[in-house]
Amino acid sequence: MSAILAITLMALLFGLLLGYAAVRFRVEGDPIVEKIDALLPQTQCGQCSYAGCRPYAEAIVAGEAEINRCPPGGEATMLALSDLLGVDPLPLDDEEAASKPKALAVIIEKDCIGCTLCIQACPVDAIVGAAKQMHTVIAEECTGCELCVPPCPVECIIMQPLQETINNWRWPLPTDENDTLLRNAS
Amino acid sequence: MSFSNNLHHPQRLWHFHGGLHLEECKALSNGTEIRPMPAPEKLYIPLAQHIGGPAEAMVSIGETVLSGQKIGRAQGYISAPVHASSSGRVIDIGDYPVPHPSGLSAPCIVIQTDGEDRWPQPPASENYSSLQSGELRERIREAGIAGLGGALFPTSVKLNAGPEHKISTLIINAVECEPYISSDDRLMREQSADIINGIRILMHMLKPERCLLAIEDNKPQALDIMRQAVSESGLKQCLVCKIPTLYPSGGEKQLIRILTGKEVPWNGLPANIGILVQNVATVAAIAQAILQHRPLLSRIVTLTGQGIAKPGNYEVRIGTPLSDLIAFAGGYQQPPERLIMGGPMMGFTLHNDAVPITKGSNCIIATGRDELPEAVDALACTRCGQCERVCPAQLLPQQLYWYARARDMDKIQDYNLFDCIECGCCAHVCPSHIPLVQYYRFAKNEIWAKEEDKRKSDRARERHQAREARLARLEQQRKSRLRRKKEALNKKPGNKTADPKKTAIEAAMKRVAEKKKNRPATAANTQNLSADQEKQIQQANARRQATTEDPPA
Repeated sequence: MSAILAITLMALLFGLLLGYAAVRFRVEGDPIVEKIDALLPQTQCGQCSYAGCRPYAEAIVAGEAEINRCPPGGEATMLALSDLLGVDPLPLDDEEAASKPKALAVIIEKDCIGCTLCIQACPVDAIVGAAKQMHTVIAEECTGCELCVPPCPVECIIMQPLQETINNWRWPLPTDENDTLLRNAS
Repeated sequence: MSFSNNLHHPQRLWHFHGGLHLEECKALSNGTEIRPMPAPEKLYIPLAQHIGGPAEAMVSIGETVLSGQKIGRAQGYISAPVHASSSGRVIDIGDYPVPHPSGLSAPCIVIQTDGEDRWPQPPASENYSSLQSGELRERIREAGIAGLGGALFPTSVKLNAGPEHKISTLIINAVECEPYISSDDRLMREQSADIINGIRILMHMLKPERCLLAIEDNKPQALDIMRQAVSESGLKQCLVCKIPTLYPSGGEKQLIRILTGKEVPWNGLPANIGILVQNVATVAAIAQAILQHRPLLSRIVTLTGQGIAKPGNYEVRIGTPLSDLIAFAGGYQQPPERLIMGGPMMGFTLHNDAVPITKGSNCIIATGRDELPEAVDALACTRCGQCERVCPAQLLPQQLYWYARARDMDKIQDYNLFDCIECGCCAHVCPSHIPLVQYYRFAKNEIWAKEEDKRKSDRARERHQAREARLARLEQQRKSRLRRKKEALNKKPGNKTADPKKTAIEAAMKRVAEKKKNRPATAANTQNLSADQEKQIQQANARRQATTEDPPA
């Protein structure tokens, strides 16, 4: 009799505890969406056909999108996603777009008519200007998403590939020339 | 305990792991006196000659500048200004080739010198001992001094260890452990007074318990001269330490280990264990900056190698084209195989001699035929383990190599890639001639680039979210404004915006209703009728009935 009582009491106790914990430590949203979003390059370019990086992350979680649809992230992002989600790596959906060098938007200021259409298109507020005033791109904030290019009625926005300077130059991986193993492998 | 006694008793020394005995090749350049080179025709002064933010040009094209005039101001805390190293006119500000492994160009200020080397009026000299260390640090910063051993970290920043770190040991690094280089050796032999003054200033600023001046035993003359200078100076806490020649004893962490037996904590600074290390040429530059108000305008450069006609040490103004310096030194002896800036172990190959001398150019080597081993094809790693035995940072170079090749940037950090000082010992002993250091540099660059990308994408996400939030807020404001308007309309129907016709109709209807209300319930002529009138009504009704029952055809 006392055994039954004890088990019932314990069940009640744990039930209450779990019930409390479910309320107290409730997880807001899906943490996996956050994790995927953290891996995406945040260009908000929409090349994945979703309206930004987070919607794409949500679509991946919902099983609506594959992990290979982010051209700015390229292979590195795809591999990181496959690692995170435990799915097989896939060939990139749009190889051509992924192999494009990183570029920044530049407004040819003498041609700008001050229509503000590009300002409305920029997902990261990297263009400053006002109606009938010349606009300009804040180079440091530009993600190179190209979303400002099509709305421009006078085609005064160009995508300028990043220049190599001593600040962004990187030591290359020793190549075939001085590594016979690499040469043999290829 | 009295340190003056220690002048005559050798100080106890420790060992670091690994290291190499290399062929020194210093005799090529250390036998002759330092020759000052006059100002060249044009000076190309790069704005970024130090670690940290590049300086910002503060002169314009066409402006006349004096020797020692600041022409670029420091941007940010970790930065340093640049100065005109001779008087003349600024003729251009733009991208010119700079000494860098990439061979790329970077912003430079070009000065056409006038050959007069005009200086501004020197400020009244004062006793530095009356100045606070903060003021002295500011003077050092304004003089544009950065670590002259080649690391080029802004000296004023390094001297500001913070109040939480009490510096107990000041170490002056005069080890100069790389082959070929002899600029510090000649500096000690010829300008010991500047070094002593610099030590005095640093002792005044930092108040350490002791100061150790470390010199390798392959520089006996410098050792003798510095010992004498220190004993004559009366600096009781200062001790000249003779350390055995072993590469890379001049590495900061290695030197601290040799002199104190202490290890700099992982991911920490020497200041964490109460130690500060300064290069000997930096110390001399500090003395000139504080005592003579002379910013860092020139440095001693070892010009050496079998390709140079007259190898030796030269005092060269910052910004002097290397080609001018080589011409001044008698030109090339033979067409150089390679031009190296820095030492043969840690330096890098220059693409050509059209680059200026900068604050970090301690040595230029023009190699002759067969002077340095040629780059040969690398063979497979045989896991012989020689690299691990010579590594002064006690790393596992093989593992780092494999992970760099596999581009596994997480794993390579687990093996402490960032403790690698790129001394080149591992690559030097590798029997397969694998360019190991280049793999490590590649991996470090990749990791830094990744971190930078991460930082940028985080920022983009933040800005995107801020934008979304703003758009949502504006939309909501618009909606609530509309709603308010609608409500206002419903509340006051007779207001100005209402249709005037409708109002008129409403008013008329109101009037009718009012009249109706005031009228008696029945007509006045249907009550109290006379018999005659009753009769008339009945007749009329009968007539009406007759017409409705028998309508006209």
